[in-house]
Amino acid sequence: MTPSSLEALAASVPDGALLALPPDNSLPSVALAKALVRRGARGLRLLGVPVSGFATDLLIGAGCVAEVETSAVSLGEAGFAPRFSAAVRAGSITVRDATCPAIHTMLQAAEKGVPFMPLRGVIGSDILAHRPDWRVVQNPMSVAPDPILVVPALHPDVAAIHAVMADKEGNLWVGRRRECATLAHAARRLLATVERVVPGNLLEDERLAAGTISATYVEAFAVAERGAHPVALLDEYGFDAAYVAAYARAARTEEGFRAWAEEHVFGRAASARAAAE
Amino acid sequence: MSAVQPEERLAAALARLILDPSAPPARHIAVGAASPIPAAACWLAAKSGHPVRLSLLHKRSGNPFTEGSRELFDLTGQGRIDLFFLGGGQIDGQANINLIGTGEWPGAGVRFPGSFGSAFMYLMTPRTILFREEHSPRVLVPRVAHVSAPGVSPPEVFRRGTAQALVTGRCVFRFDPALARFMLESAHPGESLASIRAETGFDFDAPAEVPVTPDPTSAELALLRGPVCDEMLETYPEFCGRVFSRAEVA
Repeated sequence: MTPSSLEALAASVPDGALLALPPDNSLPSVALAKALVRRGARGLRLLGVPVSGFATDLLIGAGCVAEVETSAVSLGEAGFAPRFSAAVRAGSITVRDATCPAIHTMLQAAEKGVPFMPLRGVIGSDILAHRPDWRVVQNPMSVAPDPILVVPALHPDVAAIHAVMADKEGNLWVGRRRECATLAHAARRLLATVERVVPGNLLEDERLAAGTISATYVEAFAVAERGAHPVALLDEYGFDAAYVAAYARAARTEEGFRAWAEEHVFGRAASARAAAE
Repeated sequence: MSAVQPEERLAAALARLILDPSAPPARHIAVGAASPIPAAACWLAAKSGHPVRLSLLHKRSGNPFTEGSRELFDLTGQGRIDLFFLGGGQIDGQANINLIGTGEWPGAGVRFPGSFGSAFMYLMTPRTILFREEHSPRVLVPRVAHVSAPGVSPPEVFRRGTAQALVTGRCVFRFDPALARFMLESAHPGESLASIRAETGFDFDAPAEVPVTPDPTSAELALLRGPVCDEMLETYPEFCGRVFSRAEVA
């Protein structure tokens, strides 16, 4: 598989796509999210697998998002996600609230190719009343009354992850973050950014194979060094708390967000802008 | 030894609840996102020599899961997680929790982050300790605006357990699931039944004499500031710096 470019990956995500992103501790491609902002993506429906973080707030702030399906949106120790909160207040995005294991279960149903799967719990939560696509049924295996939730299979149009490395075949190494494999199996297309391309075949190394997503599931990948930043990437680099805190402060206002994006997404420094104006 | 920090008192109070001999045993405890005080309580129980397995969802190096949070929920479904912590933007007198928000769905007033795994964990874990530092009428309300996860369920709904207790910055409440009511167990230093009633939006029961929440012992303080902090430094650097005056080693 020939490596693609980051901007080509972003160009291949159509407006309105259901785009699945892992949370901030599980290899989201922040680089691809920034490239989607640069390409001016519109009407994206984001899926938090199972929660949403920095990349989601960034895409919402940039006006790329119509809908978010997630179990929570948060910047961790930096607090509430400011652009998400503002968009909910303004009513400019639709939020489909879920709960973490329900999102995993919907993806697991998709990876098995079955139309739905049951999940315990959830009954009594108001989330259910707002999810007409979720049903409570009688457990068909029980003679005693036993209501149980069933959730439909969910196939994201695109999933975007940042893996540590790809090999020449297009296999991706995600280490212990094997939940990314379920996302890869369930999604119609998997786009990945990676830190580097390595020689050989990851699946031929017994110690790396278990943490590898087979190229079977990979549509395209691009090299983007530090492509998860400011999120941590396994043992490669840590969470950049100062960067996220600075974002959280700036993004409290629309103007602050725009200035932040000019510098950190479009690479136009404030001083250069001032000189141009 | 310097003065007891409020966070240290809360961690010690949580650790006592974890080790409560009258509750089902806590052999395996999971701690979710952004929960430094519950994490400190768990480490305190472990470093005090109790054989408890801790699975910290947000631990970076040596994370216990090889399938991320999905594995946490599967473990809980299997009945292998004995105790979990939940919070809430709002918590009411029937132990319902609201992580959605206020105002019209989905939080047109104040939007909270979202329900995380609470709608599953609260029903599937034998024991939940509710924890919220802010104890005010806006958090502890008569009735939550939206239910992320219910405190009690009808008998036909499969449920392994519910809240054992609610710990706040002012007090410790026990929860009685049969009555669906809280009982004040102890008030932190400086608080009284009257001051707690004034800051609590829901009605609750109280004993004639309200005990004071004990301070951590000097042995507990030494553990919190030493080995417990060591374990937490990578995941919660800001917390460790603020509470234990310890900076991260690069």
